Amino acid sequence: MSYNVNEKGYYGEFGGAFIPEMLYPNVEELRQNYLKVMAEPEFQKEFNQLLKDYVGRPSPLYFAKRLSEKYNTKIYLKREDLNHTGAHKINNTIGQILMAKRLGKNRIIAETGAGQHGVATATVCALMGLECIVYMGEIDIARQAPNVARMKMLGATVVPATSGSKTLKDATNEAIRDWINNPVDTHYIIGSVVGPHPYPDMVARFQAIVSEEIQWQLQEHEGITKPDYVVACVGGGSNAAGAYYHFLEDTDVNLIAVEAAGLGVDSGESAATSVLGREGIIHGSKTLLMQTNDGQITEPYSISAGLDYPGVGPMHAHLYKSGRAEFISITDDDAMTAGLELCKLEGIIPAIESSHALAIFEKKQFQPNDILVVSLSGRGDKDLETYINHFKL
Amino acid sequence: MNRINQKLQEDKKLLSIYFTAGYPNIDDTVNIIQNLENNGVDMIEIGLPFSDPLADGPTIQASSTQALKNGMTTEVLFNQLKDIRKSVNIPLIIMGYFNPMLQYGVEAFCAKCQEIGIDGLIIPDLPVDVYHEDYKATFEKYGLINVFLITPQTSDERIRYIDSISNGFIYMVSSASTTGAKAGFGNEQTNYFERIANMNLKNPQIVGFGISNNETFKQATKYAKGAIIGSAFVKHVTNEGTNTIDDFVNRILT
Repeated sequence: MSYNVNEKGYYGEFGGAFIPEMLYPNVEELRQNYLKVMAEPEFQKEFNQLLKDYVGRPSPLYFAKRLSEKYNTKIYLKREDLNHTGAHKINNTIGQILMAKRLGKNRIIAETGAGQHGVATATVCALMGLECIVYMGEIDIARQAPNVARMKMLGATVVPATSGSKTLKDATNEAIRDWINNPVDTHYIIGSVVGPHPYPDMVARFQAIVSEEIQWQLQEHEGITKPDYVVACVGGGSNAAGAYYHFLEDTDVNLIAVEAAGLGVDSGESAATSVLGREGIIHGSKTLLMQTNDGQITEPYSISAGLDYPGVGPMHAHLYKSGRAEFISITDDDAMTAGLELCKLEGIIPAIESSHALAIFEKKQFQPNDILVVSLSGRGDKDLETYINHFKL
Repeated sequence: MNRINQKLQEDKKLLSIYFTAGYPNIDDTVNIIQNLENNGVDMIEIGLPFSDPLADGPTIQASSTQALKNGMTTEVLFNQLKDIRKSVNIPLIIMGYFNPMLQYGVEAFCAKCQEIGIDGLIIPDLPVDVYHEDYKATFEKYGLINVFLITPQTSDERIRYIDSISNGFIYMVSSASTTGAKAGFGNEQTNYFERIANMNLKNPQIVGFGISNNETFKQATKYAKGAIIGSAFVKHVTNEGTNTIDDFVNRILT
């Protein structure tokens, strides 16, 4: 069995491009060109140069000594939090902005939930001098004011999504509608491994730099090229896709995907798609998603804005259904506790998304000589208010 | 013969109206259909509301959100329509997004449509090739015509392909847009209408998007067999309720 995308755009039975005909030319243009463009030496050179000089890659693979001692196993942290703009998101936006330029697009649109992908998109648009429009749910705009301000400072126009539930899924709908209305000059930078083919594969390939580095960094640290486990949180799933990418076909490497249980998977306030979702179609992709019996997409909940997406990318739906990855869900409280623990033990304030991945050590026992790599996908600066409120700091 | 094919043989330009089922009120569905037929509408698209209607602009989005709040579901709609063929003769098409149909079960959905007397389906996010490979046989088994969309950006080659697997009419989207986004037609549309007319497709074309009054109806049907009005009608029932549907239809036709 393969865990990569096939030539028709499917991961197992998941994926595809369930899009209205109005979008077909845009998506087809991208599908026909993305692999060719990415393979160009000039593209590779520019991409890698920007990742090095602008993003600050390679991100360190840090051996978390005190955390490892506490849980009696060997834990490495892949420090995506140290990237420019504070998370792994920029790996993808750098790649896609170069793609947009190669395709002759001069107008960039994006969706954002908490604002991290919006900021990463606004950043690369400023870098390249391209017009940037970011769709963001009206409710998210109200609760993520600092990121809205960042996007504006970077020159982006932030457009409130006022339809449906006024959050990430509706911002994504609005971005797709914008693309329908602007089919020629516009590129849509999707922020995760979601959406119609080729987006899940393209975004995974741009994020694959993460596991590529893990391979040679582990060689330096441990004299091996693969860990026993790779652990990452999954909302849409882009940081997990990047951390897994080069290990997908190597079943010696165990993959652990950590979803947000919110207040608990049975509480009605959760984002644990693998537990609560069913197969269906969201944003042009056949995947697992949370929905009513009638097929209406429901609103997920997590304390972490980056994890409250009602679906997962089709790669992850396939990893779940095939059993290739183990899915674990972590509640708000357990994630927050794990985040604070990392602060105290390692002097690193993690994003709450990443804290979910760190919380598995209280749930699952590992062997003393197991080597684990945890994707520390983002830094916690953006979450200070949530940490303050949660711990009454 | 399917009612859609029969209707397409009539020697007239066809007016098709879209409305969102369960809007403005949950029980308006049957009343709206009867009213439209009585006032001379040729064909009706019954919108099955969806939480995330990607191809729709604000008017139809808002009507869908409200319809869902009113309690509309696939099951409720089928119940409302169960006796519709006792009073209505014109072709009825269900227009909706694919996920609710997938959850109902595509075959069960099609079977129910046949039982009620639905003639066709328009599913904007069911791609042509997926339909062709996975669902065409099922649709045909239950006598349903699947209607595909084309846009000004659709290549001639793809239009020929769509024409080859269509067996009713082709839904010609007038401009690259979501529903209700643009009013009226310019040169770009005229060129596109002429281009398609000159392709001599085997399926007649019906134009949708951008038609809201007698002028745009005439422009669209100069080249095509008919025209579909959606957002303008939904706006009408939003503003004036369902009592003046006759005024709306008369204004389009005369």
